[in-house]
Amino acid sequence: MKVFKLIFKNALRRRLRTFLTILGIALAVMAFGLIRTLIDAWYSGARAAAPDRLITRHAVSIVFTLPIAYRDQLLKSDGVEKVTHAAWFGGVYVDPKNFFAQFAVDHTTYFDLYPELIIPPDQLQALADDRRGAIVGRKLADRFGWKVGDPITLIGTIYPGTWEFVIRGIYTGRNPDTDETTFMFRFDYLDETVKQDWPGRAGQVGWYALKISDPRRAAEIGAAVDARFRNSWAETMTETEKDFALNFIQLVGAMIVGLRIISYLIIGVILLVLVNTMAMTIRERTSENAFLRVLGFRPFHLIGLILGESLMIAGFGGALGMVLLKLGSTVVGVAVGGYFPGYHTDLLNYLLCVIIAFAVGCIASLFPIQRALRIRIVDGLRVVD
Amino acid sequence: MAEPIVRTSRLCKSYYRDSLEIPVLRNINLDIPEGAFLALMGPSGSGKTTLLNLVAGIDQPTSGSLTVAGEDMSRLNDRDLARWRSRHIGFIFQFYNLMPVLTAYENVELPLLLTPLSRQERRDHVVTALSIVGLADRMKHYPRQLSGGQEQRVAIARAIVSDPTVILADEPTGDLDKQSAEEIMTLLSRLNAEFGKTIIMVTHDPRAADKAKVIRHLDKGELDE
Repeated sequence: MKVFKLIFKNALRRRLRTFLTILGIALAVMAFGLIRTLIDAWYSGARAAAPDRLITRHAVSIVFTLPIAYRDQLLKSDGVEKVTHAAWFGGVYVDPKNFFAQFAVDHTTYFDLYPELIIPPDQLQALADDRRGAIVGRKLADRFGWKVGDPITLIGTIYPGTWEFVIRGIYTGRNPDTDETTFMFRFDYLDETVKQDWPGRAGQVGWYALKISDPRRAAEIGAAVDARFRNSWAETMTETEKDFALNFIQLVGAMIVGLRIISYLIIGVILLVLVNTMAMTIRERTSENAFLRVLGFRPFHLIGLILGESLMIAGFGGALGMVLLKLGSTVVGVAVGGYFPGYHTDLLNYLLCVIIAFAVGCIASLFPIQRALRIRIVDGLRVVD
Repeated sequence: MAEPIVRTSRLCKSYYRDSLEIPVLRNINLDIPEGAFLALMGPSGSGKTTLLNLVAGIDQPTSGSLTVAGEDMSRLNDRDLARWRSRHIGFIFQFYNLMPVLTAYENVELPLLLTPLSRQERRDHVVTALSIVGLADRMKHYPRQLSGGQEQRVAIARAIVSDPTVILADEPTGDLDKQSAEEIMTLLSRLNAEFGKTIIMVTHDPRAADKAKVIRHLDKGELDE
């Protein structure tokens, strides 16, 4: 018999209790992992940001537009190599629940600034040839079963009406964090329609993206750009793409803090569940542990048995939790993919779950170990199990 | 004349409840020679189990001296005592104290896990011990699958498996029917007579005590003269 076998048999003594404890830990680990993944998803945009890109938007808010005439002035700015522009569209596909991001982009320059969006050249050409053409991300296409050539109808909310598109290309991301859930179509299609129906809103873009020559000069270049438009009727705010993404996150900063707190509370719950189980277990075995000491087992033997059992339960719970996390992450990813394109549980989160399960296993054994060692042998032997 | 295996001199043990001293053993002077089979009798609360615990090194005397297997017990710290117990003491309890999740074989093997014996050597020892107590055919049985008498025999096998210097038995027949008690006492007698084991047994049962070579009585913490 090996000591490991004794630990294993001890853990299975109260099978229902052990099973429920493992299940409790597993669900908590899964919940922890899902929340951490959700928090990470919020930051995926910031992670995917390129250091050599700046975003120029209206100084007051992203909801205000900027004149398209700024484009030429931006190109003249020191350190700016390329400029493109985009606008938030906000259409509905069949049902408002089918949310995904839609941008009207300058198709002649946009994909040049975003090389991480990989599009076959013939599809780019097809987009150039079709005013109503659209490029969609691979995940978005998979979500709705779209393929190249499919006609798509969106109901405009910011730009009311029925908008007809034809999918001319499907892009894939170069990096894992690249958003593959975006719907992009030609800005000129939007702008020409706007000119006809709402002339006052024509010639306006949502934001500019600038490719700069030296990322180390980002702050200087951004300041120079903003200085150029100071005191104009549409002052600008220029920041790195990462800061731009983080500013969005700040809008929901309190919610993220709340989620972080909840994730830590979940760790506390895991700990309490296991501490409770181990405390009951060791209390029930008071006389057995005393007897082991009569046999000559020393404190470190008891520590090994108790710690081993605690780690085993936590380990099984953690492992099951990670399996559930993998499944849950897939389900949640599909459900919220439109809102959180970067939703996927990465290796770091799984590693965090392992570390937490290990730490919980260790910490949960402290009180039972202390109790088992503190009691005198003769007192322990008197306890009737 | 050979040194006694257990020697006590003016051995006292008291418990304290707040500041109140409750003497349990008073000036116990006892020499137990090697190969003895001693029965300690006396009413409840007379200090029998306390004396046994002191000899086993799981409790500390308040005063006096205690030497077991040539070792002055007062000189051993907890770690040394644990090691000493594993080498010199085999303990048999009234309620067997078997691990319910382990088979008879595994329960008997437990003390050997503390020794450097190989797996095969441990197996040889366990099989021998279980054969001596007549349970070689019950090795894979769990305690719940055994009768009380069989459980106690497993406990005896566990007590002798590491070939200890002294076997201490605390009411070994206290939880058994008459027939099982008889079998256990016969077994202990055999261990003493055939294998020369020194046995100190605490019992209330006069029939069990009759199997011992020497009977001593404790009353209110004092040993009969």
